[in-house]
Amino acid sequence: MGLHIQHLLGLEGVSREDITLILDTADSFYEVLQREIKVVPTLRGKTIVNLFYENSTRTRISFELAEKRLSASPLNFSASTSSVNKGETLRDTIQNIEAMKIDMVVVRHFSAGVPFFLTKCTDAVIINAGDGLHEHPTQALLDMMTIRQKLGKLEGLKVAIIGDVFHSRVARSNAWGMSTMGMNVVLCGPPTLLPQHRESIGVPVTDNLEEALDGADVIMPLRLQLERQASGAFPTIREYRDRYGLDLDKLSSLSKRDVLIMHPGPINRGIELASDVADGPNSVILEQVTNGVAVRMAVLYLLGGGENG
Amino acid sequence: MVKKQSGIVNYPLHSSVKDEPVLIINGRLIDPVNNRDGIYHILIEDGKIKSVSDSIPALSSSIRTIDAKNKWIIPGLMDMHVHLREPGREDKETIATGTQAAAAGGFTSVACMPNTTPALDEESKIRYVIQHGEDCPCKIYPIGAITKGLEGEEIAPMGEMVKAGARAVSDDGKSVAKSNVMRNALNYSKSFNIPVICHCEEAALSQKGHMNEGVVSTRLGIRGIPTIAEEIAVARDLLLAEYTGARVHIAHVSTAGSVRLVRDAKSRGVKVTAETCPHYFTLIDQDVGPYDTNKKMNPPLRTAADREAIIAGLIDGTIDVIASDHAPHVSEEKDVEFDAAAFGVVGLETSVGIVLTYLVDKGFISASDMVEKMSVEPNRIMGLSGGTLSCGAAADVTIIDPQANWIVKPEYFFSKSRNTAFNGFSLKGYAWMTILDGRVVFERNECC
Repeated sequence: MGLHIQHLLGLEGVSREDITLILDTADSFYEVLQREIKVVPTLRGKTIVNLFYENSTRTRISFELAEKRLSASPLNFSASTSSVNKGETLRDTIQNIEAMKIDMVVVRHFSAGVPFFLTKCTDAVIINAGDGLHEHPTQALLDMMTIRQKLGKLEGLKVAIIGDVFHSRVARSNAWGMSTMGMNVVLCGPPTLLPQHRESIGVPVTDNLEEALDGADVIMPLRLQLERQASGAFPTIREYRDRYGLDLDKLSSLSKRDVLIMHPGPINRGIELASDVADGPNSVILEQVTNGVAVRMAVLYLLGGGENG
Repeated sequence: MVKKQSGIVNYPLHSSVKDEPVLIINGRLIDPVNNRDGIYHILIEDGKIKSVSDSIPALSSSIRTIDAKNKWIIPGLMDMHVHLREPGREDKETIATGTQAAAAGGFTSVACMPNTTPALDEESKIRYVIQHGEDCPCKIYPIGAITKGLEGEEIAPMGEMVKAGARAVSDDGKSVAKSNVMRNALNYSKSFNIPVICHCEEAALSQKGHMNEGVVSTRLGIRGIPTIAEEIAVARDLLLAEYTGARVHIAHVSTAGSVRLVRDAKSRGVKVTAETCPHYFTLIDQDVGPYDTNKKMNPPLRTAADREAIIAGLIDGTIDVIASDHAPHVSEEKDVEFDAAAFGVVGLETSVGIVLTYLVDKGFISASDMVEKMSVEPNRIMGLSGGTLSCGAAADVTIIDPQANWIVKPEYFFSKSRNTAFNGFSLKGYAWMTILDGRVVFERNECC
C-alpha cells in the first residue's frame, strides 16, 4: 500500500491514512538512523534537486542528509547562485533542471503556491519544503512523529501553538495535519499576529495565553520575526516576552507537568522561549531535529517509488 | 478584414468608402432613451439612423437587408473602462487590436485609461490616442490623468486635455493618495464638467496584498487586500466630492461596503456614479484557488456576500455602469508564481456574454437595464451623444443574439492577450453584429 498523494504540497486535505503511513515509515527509518551504517539503498540512482529560493539551514541540511541516507543523488540549487538573478522565470528554471533528467524536487520558496505551480511545469515529484505563508508539511510531520514517540499517541492530545500565527506556515501545516489526526490544536498570539478572519484555519484561535496553555499536552512557541516589531505588530520585545514568551514561571503554573516543549527553530532565546525552558527536561527540540531526517526519508521514499516494508 | 474563428472584424476602416444604406428588420429593438421595446425595422443611411418604424419600409430590393429575427437591436455598447496599453506596452495590446476586441464584443465605443507609458497626462498624448484610433472599428474616448505622470503630486492640465478630446480624468491603477491633491483635482475638474474617475485603494492597507483578505487568502498563505482598503478610499472620495461639489465616478466597485457608501452618498445628493465589472458579480475569492493567476486582479475577487451586494447594487441602480476593466497582459506575466503575477484580466470579448448569462438570463436585471448600464449611462457620464437609436443619431448599433450558446475560448480572441478569468465558461448570448456609423464592423461566425 502506498500514498494516495503524488506530491507533498501541504497537509491540508491529506488523509489520515497517508499521514499515518508516513509516520510509521519514519519510525522504521528512525531505527535505521540508530545503526552504525545509516544508509539504505532504496533510492539509489534517483536524482533529487533541492531548489531553495529562501535561506534555510536545518531544513535544507535535513533533506540533503535524508537523500544521502537513501542513497539518492542530491543536487543543490539556491537562488543566490543561479540564473534567477538574471531574471529567469521559475518555469524556465524548473524545465531546464528537468531537462537534465531529475526525479524529484524539494522546493522552498518565498511565494505561496510555488510547489503547486511546479507540478504544472514538470513531471517530477514535488515536495514542499516551505512556501511563503502557506505550508511547511515536513515540519508538521516531524512534529507529529516526535509527539507520538514521546506520548505514545496523537488522538485527543491538545497542542498550543504560540506566536506569529499569521505569518507561520508551520502553524498552518500543524493545524491541518494534527486536526486530521484527531488532535486539538489551539493557535495563540497577539491579535495583530493572528488571521483577521479567525475561522480561516479551522481550529480555535485566541489571544489569551492562559486559555491556550490550559490543559495543553504540547506547547510550541513559534519563532518571532523581529522585523514584525518595526512593522507595528507589537510595541516592544519586552511586552511580547511578558505576554507570550514561555518561561519557567509560566511553565510551572501549568497543571500538566509532563508537557512537551517544541520549537520549529531557530529559537530567539529569551524572547518566545526562555533558555532554561528550551534546554530543560520538557524540551524535545533536538529530538525534533533528529526526527526531521527520518520523516524526510519517509516522504522521499514513499513518493520516490519506494515500496513500504 | 481580420478573420478569426469567432468572426470577422472590418479593420482598417476606410472612411473614404461610400457607405451603403442598411436595413435591419424583424429584430426586438431596445432603446430605453426613447422608451422603445418591441419589433421595429431600422433604416440606416449616411451613417445615421434614418428611420425606425413598425412596418418594413418599401425600398429597392438591392438594399443590404439584415434579418434580426429573434435578436435584439440595441444602441452600440460602450465600455468606459479599458486599458489599450498603447503607447508603451504594444506587446500586450494596441489601439488596433483592443478596438477589434471591442467590436467583436459588441462595443462601438470605449474609454481608455491613461496608465500607459508614458501616461496620458497632456494634450499631445491624448491626441496620439485619438489619431491612432481613427481607422479603428470602435470609437475611442481617452481618459486623461488626474495628476502628472500618475504620481499623485501635481494635477495634470485638464483644460488642454479636454480640448484635445479627453472626456474624463483618472489616475486608474491607484488612488490619488494625498487628500489635498485630490481636493484640488476635484475642484479644478468642475470647470470642464468632466467626471473624475476614482480608483479607490488605500495603499497603506493593500500593499503587498495579492488577493482578497479573508479565509481563502489565509488558507492559501497569500497576503490579503482587505475590503477596507477600497472602502476607506471610496468614503474619502465621496466626502471630497460632496464638499467640493465635483462629479465623481467610482471605478470597479468590488465590495458590499463600497456599494453601501455609494448608495448613502446618492441619497444625500452627492454627484456620484459607480461602476462594477463582470468578474465581481460572477466570481469570488474561492475561485482563485489553487493559485489561478487569471483570477488575479485589482481590486481582487471578494466573497459571496460581496457578490450578492454588487448584484443588489446593480438591481437598485446604485451601480450605474458595467465596464470590463479590460487589462491585457502577456502570458509570461501570468504564467508565474501567484505573488509575481500581474494584476488584471481581459474582458471586452466576454462582457456581453457574462452579463446576459449571469444577470439578464437569471432575471436580476432586464435587457433594457443592460442597455442602460452598458450604453446609455456610460455615454451620459462621459457627456457623449451615443446610447440611443433616435432618428438622426449616429448609427452605432449592436445586434445581440440572446440565445446563442457558446464557450469562451481565449485562442479566438481578437485581443492580443489571453488572460481571461472566464476560460472555458459556457455562456448564453453574444454580440452577433456590431455596426459603427452605419458600417458593419463585426459579424459573428454562427459556428462559434
